[in-house]
Amino acid sequence: MHDRGISIWFFIGLSLLVNGILITGAGIWEIFRPPANPVVLYRLHASLWWGILLFGFGLRSSIRFAPGRNAEERKGAL
Amino acid sequence: MIVAFYFALVLAIGWYLKGRANTGEDFFMAGREMTAWIAGLSFLSANLGALELMGWAAATYQYGILATHWYWIGAIPAMLFLALVMMPFYYISKAHSVPAYLKLRFGEPTRALSAISFAFMTVLMSGINMYSMALVMKVVLGWDIHFSIWASSLTVALYVALGGLRSAIFNEVLQFVLIWAGALLIPILGLIETGGWENLKLQIAHNASPEYTHLWSTLGSFNNNPMGIHWTGIVFGLGFVISFGYWTTDFLVVQRVLTARDLRSAKLAPVIGAAFKMMVPIIVILPGLLGLAVLPVKLTAETSAVASGGHSYNEVLPLMLARYCGPGLLGLGVTALIAGFMSGMAGNVSAFTTVWTYDIYRALINGKAGDHHYVNMGRWCTILGVLISVGTAYLVMSFASIMDYVQALFSFFMAPLFGTVVLGMLWKRATGPGGFWGLLAGTLSSIGMWAWVKVDPAALRYVALSPNARDMAENMYRALWSWIVCVLVTVVVSIMTEPISDGELHGLVYGMTAIPLEDEVPLHHRPWFWAAVVGVVFVVLNLLVW
Repeated sequence: MHDRGISIWFFIGLSLLVNGILITGAGIWEIFRPPANPVVLYRLHASLWWGILLFGFGLRSSIRFAPGRNAEERKGAL
Repeated sequence: MIVAFYFALVLAIGWYLKGRANTGEDFFMAGREMTAWIAGLSFLSANLGALELMGWAAATYQYGILATHWYWIGAIPAMLFLALVMMPFYYISKAHSVPAYLKLRFGEPTRALSAISFAFMTVLMSGINMYSMALVMKVVLGWDIHFSIWASSLTVALYVALGGLRSAIFNEVLQFVLIWAGALLIPILGLIETGGWENLKLQIAHNASPEYTHLWSTLGSFNNNPMGIHWTGIVFGLGFVISFGYWTTDFLVVQRVLTARDLRSAKLAPVIGAAFKMMVPIIVILPGLLGLAVLPVKLTAETSAVASGGHSYNEVLPLMLARYCGPGLLGLGVTALIAGFMSGMAGNVSAFTTVWTYDIYRALINGKAGDHHYVNMGRWCTILGVLISVGTAYLVMSFASIMDYVQALFSFFMAPLFGTVVLGMLWKRATGPGGFWGLLAGTLSSIGMWAWVKVDPAALRYVALSPNARDMAENMYRALWSWIVCVLVTVVVSIMTEPISDGELHGLVYGMTAIPLEDEVPLHHRPWFWAAVVGVVFVVLNLLVW
């Protein structure tokens, strides 16, 4: 799945990256504009740290499996 | 925005892969070039449909931790058996489907019977998946149910018709990751709120009953557990017949493993799937248990919920999602649910397409066309299969009780099929007539037992060994009996008919097939090694929540 065309792991990385950005953004927005009816455990700001986590994983996979990188650079890929 | 991005991405993947689905091997078998990881995750993801995510979270709220049996003993032994024992026969015979293997082993009538029953069951399951997804979109997003059905089904139809099985598999792996990314926060935040596992058990004992958190210790009697089941039903009915029937012979999941690039990958894929399957209760069972502990409202059965305007068991996962997740995370959680539903639907549609095109259309209607014709048939069949599924979804909507028959339908076809396939692979004396009549007798006996209990509910004491058995327990025992009928009829008819010559069984039966040795690869690359690791973890997990 790696030697011909774009790897599935690139698409997954892209998806996590975009979701990470959107969720982190929503988390930051919530800090400055707290909702009128906050969710349970709002004080933990799950959106913020979960979004950053997804962003990190997404960025790593997007770079590692980016189109154009050869098989040797992706060594150890699944 | 997150949901819209997801729809755009899956369509983009289908569009990107359309150039790599020009031959039958590419369209129907994804070129047989998948790595063990991709085949394994896709194998598991195709199973993570609507009934898995919503249904088992709901079943957990209703029956407690007993629902975990469908993930552990009801899956892991069968997945390891598929990997180590059955996969070599499927793979070496180069069969493109389970009915195709039956054609090679038992002849055309057995293939036709299994292909037609599989196609019927698959389309029905796909429609039910679709209806459940539309229900979630209605409950969580407030979307119109008709818009939800058409938007999701057309998306699946497009990406599978464009890129074939490769596109379905790519999207299933993506969906698997998104399901975890979107659903994992519920158990994490839930355990923080309840104060850990021990406190969760105390709260469930207070709100429901202490039996809701025991996996095996309450199964000594039909009356001591919320499901009304005995351990023999779980071990022999679920753990042996239903589980082995589904995981080793349902083409929906087996098709994913057949796309592996070599035999070692094909054997490793179900082991990888089993390792992740053991962890799925974290995102399905735990939210159901947490719902019992923390939700301020009492959930009820669908009919009571509709009558009272309250919430039903089926809404436990969306309710838990809404409890902990703000706007961004809620979007991801909903995307996870949609991804689960779409992967289940795509799995059904792609398996239906292959069985229809190769095992019904080419075998029974038009066997002389070229490869290009069959690929086009596959593309159109994908669209047609989705449209039939939409029709089924509307049927389910009109007659809610059809949902109750899904598990029953499953036991009609899968349990006897497992008997036929396993005898075919392990017993060289099994003959073509034996396979056909065994499969037919097993299926008819299962339908007969179901009808018997419907007409005379007192018959439950004979079918399920107890008048107190619930639907789940009845399904387990009916599956067990139908498997026994299938095996007995196959054995008797085979002994009475002429044996198949050794030459015709080459590559199809144990003892007649040269299976390549794995001596040349390191220990950590061997399927046997990882299967043993998964087996040990499986035993430990069961003991932990005994």
